[in-house]
Amino acid sequence: MSAGLELAGVGKTFPGGARVLEGIDLSVAPGEFVCVAGASGSGKSTLLNLVAGLLEPTGGTVTWDGRPVTGPGPDRGLVCQTGELFPWRTVAANVAFGLELLRISRAERARRVRWYLEEVGLTAYADALPGSLSGGQRQRVAIARALACEPHVLLLDEPFGALDVQTKEDMQIFLRQVWRDTGTTVVMVTHDVEEAVFLAGRVVVLASDPGRVAADLPVDLPAERDLAVRRTPEFLALRTEVEDLVRLHHTAHTARRPG
Amino acid sequence: MSTVDELPPAARARETRGRADWPELPRHPARRARAGWLAPRREISPAARWTLRALSLLVPLAVWVALSTSGRVDPTFLPTPAATWDAWWEMARSGELWTDTAASVRRVLLGFGLALLISVPLGFAMGTWRWALAALEPIIGLVRYWPAGAFIPLLIIWLGLGESSKLAVLVIGVVFFNTLMVAEAVRRVPQRLLEASMTLGATPGVLVRKVIFPYALPGIIDAARVNSAAAWNLVVIAELFAATSGLGYRIVRSGRFLQTDRIFAVLIVIGVIGILMDVGLRLLRDRIGRWTP
Ligand SMILES: Nc1ncnc2c1ncn2[C@@H]1O[C@H](COP(=O)(O)OP(=O)(O)OP(=O)(O)O)[C@@H](O)[C@H]1O
Ligand SMILES: [Mg+2]
Repeated sequence: MSAGLELAGVGKTFPGGARVLEGIDLSVAPGEFVCVAGASGSGKSTLLNLVAGLLEPTGGTVTWDGRPVTGPGPDRGLVCQTGELFPWRTVAANVAFGLELLRISRAERARRVRWYLEEVGLTAYADALPGSLSGGQRQRVAIARALACEPHVLLLDEPFGALDVQTKEDMQIFLRQVWRDTGTTVVMVTHDVEEAVFLAGRVVVLASDPGRVAADLPVDLPAERDLAVRRTPEFLALRTEVEDLVRLHHTAHTARRPG
Repeated sequence: MSTVDELPPAARARETRGRADWPELPRHPARRARAGWLAPRREISPAARWTLRALSLLVPLAVWVALSTSGRVDPTFLPTPAATWDAWWEMARSGELWTDTAASVRRVLLGFGLALLISVPLGFAMGTWRWALAALEPIIGLVRYWPAGAFIPLLIIWLGLGESSKLAVLVIGVVFFNTLMVAEAVRRVPQRLLEASMTLGATPGVLVRKVIFPYALPGIIDAARVNSAAAWNLVVIAELFAATSGLGYRIVRSGRFLQTDRIFAVLIVIGVIGILMDVGLRLLRDRIGRWTP
């Protein structure tokens, strides 16, 4: 029985008969940063929803520290691409949501909200409503809101997919920093290979139809990473390798389509 | 240089890709970005807006004045504004206008309040739980086609001529529509938001109280605002039958004595109260739904 997240033979077939995932074996140790890359439709979101407990696997088991995942909970915070916030709550009240459901004092809650707002650089926006924020700011709120519950693992489903290149770079550096500051485990889904290699300590490539683990590659880059890392030969080599894998498993999937 | 090379690139591509016989696509004439008053959603100046708003009331008033003072219409059919004002003043002075207004307003508050107490929880349940939707939607979808007015004879048989039959007309007329509209407002809560809340530790009870209800509240108030107009119409209709007070009763009574000036005065009072109710609910909604886009 290993510590951390463990997927053993996990499969998911939707009621309609769509076999989306099959035989997924994957373990993530506490404190790891794992990126799952794969073509669109390979079942990345489905995988994350299974870990979050929003979907039930039709085969295999998902466990955390040996205990099976039975439903959604604050120990597995999920942030999706659109970063759904509570539009009627201020930024600070959004971050406070999970804490309001716990037995902690008001002062303790306020202190923690302040810390996370500071961490994501939104102290000045504490009283703003989500409607007035930019896309990147909203994602920061969503991440702070999930982190405030001190999850074992932070699940990110293409959180920067809708952002422009510059904001995305800022957010990537920000996310690495948050990961190092909080020591939380991160499982992030993305179809952006450069992002995956830049952020993760390990990149898992999913093959499509049905989704299964095609490759599991360690990222041997320095822990201290800035954007310059992306120009190093090691980074480029790894990025090319992962890109080729994703493309290979994508073309295998689309081979029957006339070119 | 071949002729193909001298053509513009788009035409050249056409030549070489087997579309040579396609005629030139007709082009739109140049246009201003948002030309003309027919351009949808085009802003108008505040001056134009207020002028049109004023005309919206003043034109019908002018037509009324012109017709009624022309001498060509029998004043029994169409009283003059002056006669209507006199009738209003007469009713106000005698106090009957106030007792009638109070009776009608009281019925609306009670009947509409009762309808809200029934329809908001029902609609909320239908929008929140699939089992509630499946169990209630067919019957409510059917019953809402029965006109409330058609129930009046039945309700008088069942409940007598007193207050309860009038309140029942109001409730029946409002409750089904409001239930379905509340359900629709609740169904607009995004699934992703519910899922995000669950991964923050929200239980079903927390979802209902802290996510679904606040998200749906502005929509629920909107539904109430639309249906409050229906309630106000229904109370007047209910009072047309076997009532001894109320603005509807006043209209029937005045009709019996051919006092069209009184009918006009009461209609204006009904309109003014309706507008006040609408403005009040609109202000409430804008305050609570400040966050909506
Ligand atoms: N509820 C569902 N019922 C049936 N099929 C589903 C359901 N949800 C997802 N699928 C199917 O599962 C497959 C994988 O979906 P998923 O959303 O996990 O892909 P993804 O890898 O996240 O893709 P993308 O990169 O486009 O987000 C798709 O073919 C999709 O049609
Ligand atoms: Mg996805």
